[in-house]
Amino acid sequence: MIWVVRIFTTSIGKKQLMALTGLLFLLFLATHLLGNLSIYGGQGAFISYAEHLHALGKLLVVAEVGLVVALLIHITLAVILFFENRKARPIQYAVDKSGGGGRTFSSQTMPYTGFLILAFVIFHLATFSHHIVDQTHRNIFQIAYELFSNKGILIFYLAAMVVVALHVRHGLWSAFQTIGANHPKYMPFIEWLSIIFAIIVAVGFGSLPLAILALK
Amino acid sequence: MSGKHINLTLKIWRQNGPQAPGSWEIFPAKDISTEASFLEMLDIVNEQLALAGKEPVAFDHDCREGICGTCGCAVNGRPHGPDRETTLCQLHMRRFRDGDTLVIEPYRARAFPVIKDLVVDRSAFDQVIQAGGFVSVNTGQAQDANSLPVPRNKAEEAMDAAACIGCGACVAACPNAAGMLFVSAKVSHLALLPQGRPEAAKRALSMVAQMDALGFGNCTNHKECEVECPKGISIRNIARLNREFIRAAVASTEKIPASGGGQ
Repeated sequence: MIWVVRIFTTSIGKKQLMALTGLLFLLFLATHLLGNLSIYGGQGAFISYAEHLHALGKLLVVAEVGLVVALLIHITLAVILFFENRKARPIQYAVDKSGGGGRTFSSQTMPYTGFLILAFVIFHLATFSHHIVDQTHRNIFQIAYELFSNKGILIFYLAAMVVVALHVRHGLWSAFQTIGANHPKYMPFIEWLSIIFAIIVAVGFGSLPLAILALK
Repeated sequence: MSGKHINLTLKIWRQNGPQAPGSWEIFPAKDISTEASFLEMLDIVNEQLALAGKEPVAFDHDCREGICGTCGCAVNGRPHGPDRETTLCQLHMRRFRDGDTLVIEPYRARAFPVIKDLVVDRSAFDQVIQAGGFVSVNTGQAQDANSLPVPRNKAEEAMDAAACIGCGACVAACPNAAGMLFVSAKVSHLALLPQGRPEAAKRALSMVAQMDALGFGNCTNHKECEVECPKGISIRNIARLNREFIRAAVASTEKIPASGGGQ
């Protein structure tokens, strides 16, 4: 099985593992958003969604462990690739600009938006996860309402959603390109989907704290 | 000589040898015909430098008709200068305005060390080709033309990839100094044709391993290579290389070389 390990020591292998774990997070983002949209059904629907989710028990734990493992792989590879790429150009250009319009703000900031997302995820889990936050006396809606009543935290959340959207905008099409799925028939659609999904993530998740505040 | 003449200021990277530190030098380029090519402009400046008893600027050039891939340096941060699908030798001074300042730098990449001034060592590309960028065939009598059917669209795609002249602009343009566009073009133009299929798996694995061993960066899909490539090579080739690589790694009996062929 040494050959499996060897795949992930090559540049393409590392990138493809990066892409696969990234696609998993995109799938997670979609389900997480769909679930949380239950807030628009009112407090009851939101709390009932959370209870049903937690009722999955071991199945939920498996999903959580899977996501944590994928996150560790994604972060480890990101750090390795970041430093390898810096090493590949020891002397920088005096004039370094994209005259041809290849790179985007989103593509250039991937390592930094990634780092900020990690910081957000840690904060998010620390303030919401049922493993960390005691939910016996307060339900998830009350926890969220108290948290977002703090203006600073509210702004931090909204800003974080913009950062996630920037990461998604390059990450989505990039993951398809890296696993080799670039075809003249569907690549234009995937490139559009990157932008549309980024907007959905920013607007969808960004609207949730505001909806929670409005519902009380 | 007819046409307009312009005056420019050139800020050029001067470096005496691979180990020398290197520094910037500023030259005036006076009375340059707008009909001169970029390299002819450098020739004119070099003549003036030689007459003044100074060391001329070393730069790479050969065919000067945009097909050999020898010339190239970064002009105001862009490999081969500001025009799309144009090599440096085919870039003309009419593209610039009187009074412009041009910053001229060698390609910057660990895999392309500077030899002198604007000349970089691109033999890393040759080493990648040596690792598998070829087809092993028995020479002899030419085959019947129709014994290996090639659909026209495949032939066109292969030819588009084969248009790569190996100039290194993709590496120079890549924010990560990755060599993926070059390697993918070389893998693609053979992988698309029946003659290239028998060795496709071994080729993809060996060339990628060699590319990694030579210190190129990793592709992060910035598309800078595609927009700066003088031959307009598409990043679709990179996706094809990604496919060829993973298929070879998982589904063929070929092994990934431990540390590449070289270094």
